[in-house]
Amino acid sequence: MTYQFDWSVLWTGQSGQWLLQGIITTLELSALAWLLAGALGILSGALRTLPIRPLRALAAFYVEFFKNVPLLVWMFFWYFAVPPLLPRSFQDWLFDHGAEFWAGMFALGVYHGARLSEVIRSGIQSIPKTQLEAALSTGLTTAQAYRFVIIPVALRLIIPPVTNESLNLLKNSSVALTISVAELTFQTRQIETYTAKAFEALTAGTVIYLALCLGIAAVMARMERRFAIPGMIARVARAEH
Amino acid sequence: MDFTVVIKNFNFLIGQGLLGIGNFVGGTLRLAIPAIVLGFILGIFVGLGRLARSRWIRTASTVYVEFFRGVPLIMVIFWFWFIIPVLLRVALPEYGVALTAFVVFEAAYLGEIVRAGIQSVPRGQVEAAIATGLTQSQTMRNVVLPQALKNMIPALVTQFIVLFKDTSLASIIGYVDITKAAQIVNNREIRPFELYLFIAVVYWLCTYGMSLYARYLERRLTPA
Repeated sequence: MTYQFDWSVLWTGQSGQWLLQGIITTLELSALAWLLAGALGILSGALRTLPIRPLRALAAFYVEFFKNVPLLVWMFFWYFAVPPLLPRSFQDWLFDHGAEFWAGMFALGVYHGARLSEVIRSGIQSIPKTQLEAALSTGLTTAQAYRFVIIPVALRLIIPPVTNESLNLLKNSSVALTISVAELTFQTRQIETYTAKAFEALTAGTVIYLALCLGIAAVMARMERRFAIPGMIARVARAEH
Repeated sequence: MDFTVVIKNFNFLIGQGLLGIGNFVGGTLRLAIPAIVLGFILGIFVGLGRLARSRWIRTASTVYVEFFRGVPLIMVIFWFWFIIPVLLRVALPEYGVALTAFVVFEAAYLGEIVRAGIQSVPRGQVEAAIATGLTQSQTMRNVVLPQALKNMIPALVTQFIVLFKDTSLASIIGYVDITKAAQIVNNREIRPFELYLFIAVVYWLCTYGMSLYARYLERRLTPA
């Protein structure tokens, strides 16, 4: 048997619409998860650098537990295991409003929050200790010193590793297909199922992911140049795994 | 909350799912260990290719790395899942598909580790080796690679942790790893909280243990 290429399957019928919806869902899922991950990452990353032991331990537990377990397991956990524990009325509401999307968003956000936390922690730790001491000696409280001095500088230093992590998040959003979130990989599979044209469907999905990743990388490279702090070329470690 | 479901199915989850001893061809470790070994061998070629003199080899390796790092792993697994039967005209079992996909995908990441490892060997070492009369390839084999390998070890352990977690994605095409084993048990017992929490803890014990080991290696191998 020889394979007959038929690229028209990508724009005839509903395929075009499916791909478009897939792109939109992937971007929505990733963007919301990114915000959650950013908030959790900044909070726990900052907590891990504080001189208060219980807070450090709490943040360390969150990071070590969530980043060391596969995302797929978290997807199943948040989608199948957590909703039955919630109050009945909230469960009903959730399953009427796309529970799989919210579970996927949560899984992705909490998992990547733990990974971002490591990036942000090493960003904060790459700032010389004298900065904090100087800020404190001008009369700022620890919280103020973090808010006005440490965090703003750290956030600018970590743009490259954060870009890397954000791209990982975008690529990992494909794991949400396992709990049937209709994102890009899911739609690619759907086109394959309806048309039996695996080559064409997978090529479309692959090219779109590549374009999204390269596009974001290019935008972030410009950001990096724009926000670079002259004289501070700190090497910030990337998230380990 | 009833964790007896875990005890009742312990043999299936750990024996079949994690280790691959049982009726199915499966097991997280049976996929992860060959994948890292074969991936590393391919990764050496990719990494050397990135540093090659010939521009064509350099470009080809760069495209390889950038391509696989820009695409989700699930997409790569699906590619092999649909494409291998068409190309080879034989239906490959899930194990073969998953192993091929992981080796090809991981080689892109491992190639970067190899490249960084080679670049971490001081240039003077190469010059000294050449000056003693070794050829290019002898220098690479006997002087550069052994030192580079030592520098790569912590990064390789870290990458193995990533791979270990990523093998859970092989369950999507039906490979019976520990995640799939938990799904199978859950379909019968309907105890998602206990089962998924249990495998999360198993994954955590394995990966956290390995990351402690990686940290220890890093301390021990870094010259003071």
